[in-house]
Amino acid sequence: MKSPAFEYLQAQDIADAMSAYDSAEGDAVYLSGGHSVVPSLALRLQAPALVIDISRISALSGISLEDGWLRIGAMTRHVQAMNDPLIAAHAPLFAAAAPFVAHPAIRNRGTLGGSLAHADPASEFPAAAVAMRAELEIVSPQGIRRVPADDFFKDIYETAIEPGEILQAIHVPCPVPGQMIGFDEIARRRGDYAMVGAAVQAVTTDGVADDVSIALFSVGDRPTRAVSAQAVLTGSPIDGAAIAEAQAALCDDLDPPDDPQFPAHMRLHLARVLLGRILTNLKVVA
Amino acid sequence: MKTEITLIVNGEAVRDVIEPRTSLADLLRDRLRLTGTHLGCEMGSCGACLVLLDGTPVHACLVLAVQAAGQRVDTIEGLNESGDIKDLQQNFHARNALQCGFCTNGMIMTAHALLSESTAPTRPEIREALSGNYCRCTGYEAIVDAISATAKQRATNAGAGK
Repeated sequence: MKSPAFEYLQAQDIADAMSAYDSAEGDAVYLSGGHSVVPSLALRLQAPALVIDISRISALSGISLEDGWLRIGAMTRHVQAMNDPLIAAHAPLFAAAAPFVAHPAIRNRGTLGGSLAHADPASEFPAAAVAMRAELEIVSPQGIRRVPADDFFKDIYETAIEPGEILQAIHVPCPVPGQMIGFDEIARRRGDYAMVGAAVQAVTTDGVADDVSIALFSVGDRPTRAVSAQAVLTGSPIDGAAIAEAQAALCDDLDPPDDPQFPAHMRLHLARVLLGRILTNLKVVA
Repeated sequence: MKTEITLIVNGEAVRDVIEPRTSLADLLRDRLRLTGTHLGCEMGSCGACLVLLDGTPVHACLVLAVQAAGQRVDTIEGLNESGDIKDLQQNFHARNALQCGFCTNGMIMTAHALLSESTAPTRPEIREALSGNYCRCTGYEAIVDAISATAKQRATNAGAGK
């Protein structure tokens, strides 16, 4: 299908974009990589009067280290998340998640910020952001604020970004010595939406896990932190017994919906299988 | 309101006045009559509309033409005329790697991009690269064969040239 007609503005900077949004009285969408917005226009899921192109705003680009955090501009493409050496070293779960995101040509164009702002509960980067305890830098006409990933994702396609605001950057705390990560998903075909997926990061001291962070996706209305499984794993070595306990604990963390393709108990089962796989194959990154 | 844009298509400067909703694929096909870029799903799933935007494969259905302003676009017609894909085309032909041909534009674009980055891709790497390209006729085996054969020929020719 073809998009309905709209006006188009290429914003020079963030102030320019927000003032255009304001003049359109909210009947506008921001366009960055366009790989969710353009199909939604073509399918006529939305029909804004104005499309504001923010893709050439320089403030949204760039990857840099700042006081123990990696700052990643929202316009960073998926392919950069996959190949950029700073991201590989300091935000390794984004690099690990990227090959699972769609297909090569999509990754050339889709953006990290776009994926997070879109907040599809089946997508990979939001869960990676939660597992890494990233913080999202949001600009509004009143100023800039940083929202922890745990508080950013609100519901299906809903985030802490208020109408007219722009996600400017993603901040990721740099890995500490001994940090390990794991990322995997179960999908019917590579590149399809996952039936279930998970991002894990863990720090062990003298063989004992003292910080475990687990976020699952495609299990509910947003990326879901597995609080009980984390608690079970913390304070002991991540061995077979601990992994089995964490897998069992997932029923306290997840309440997946039944859907026409497969029932809730199957999704919970797959989540347990996947978590077991990831925890037995954690990779040291720092 | 219509917008004027200029961009470089297959090496030539093109200027047009278009509606902002016009996708790059529609600009190429309907305005410039470059119909080698195919439109299948128009939502980024099938890969038939791939073009090179500043040298990188992208879905022409997911890029608004206005977003490509000032950039370089190369379509299958441009690659064909340049001769850069002659060996790929010959190997697709020789191995029956196309039947209806609808997906072939995207397949060639993906193969061309893969072979410019990787001189000896494995079959799994070729399959991974092709994961966003649907073919409903061939079952992919012959397509992977054709790309693999092209990579080997190029490696042999490069070796012979030294």
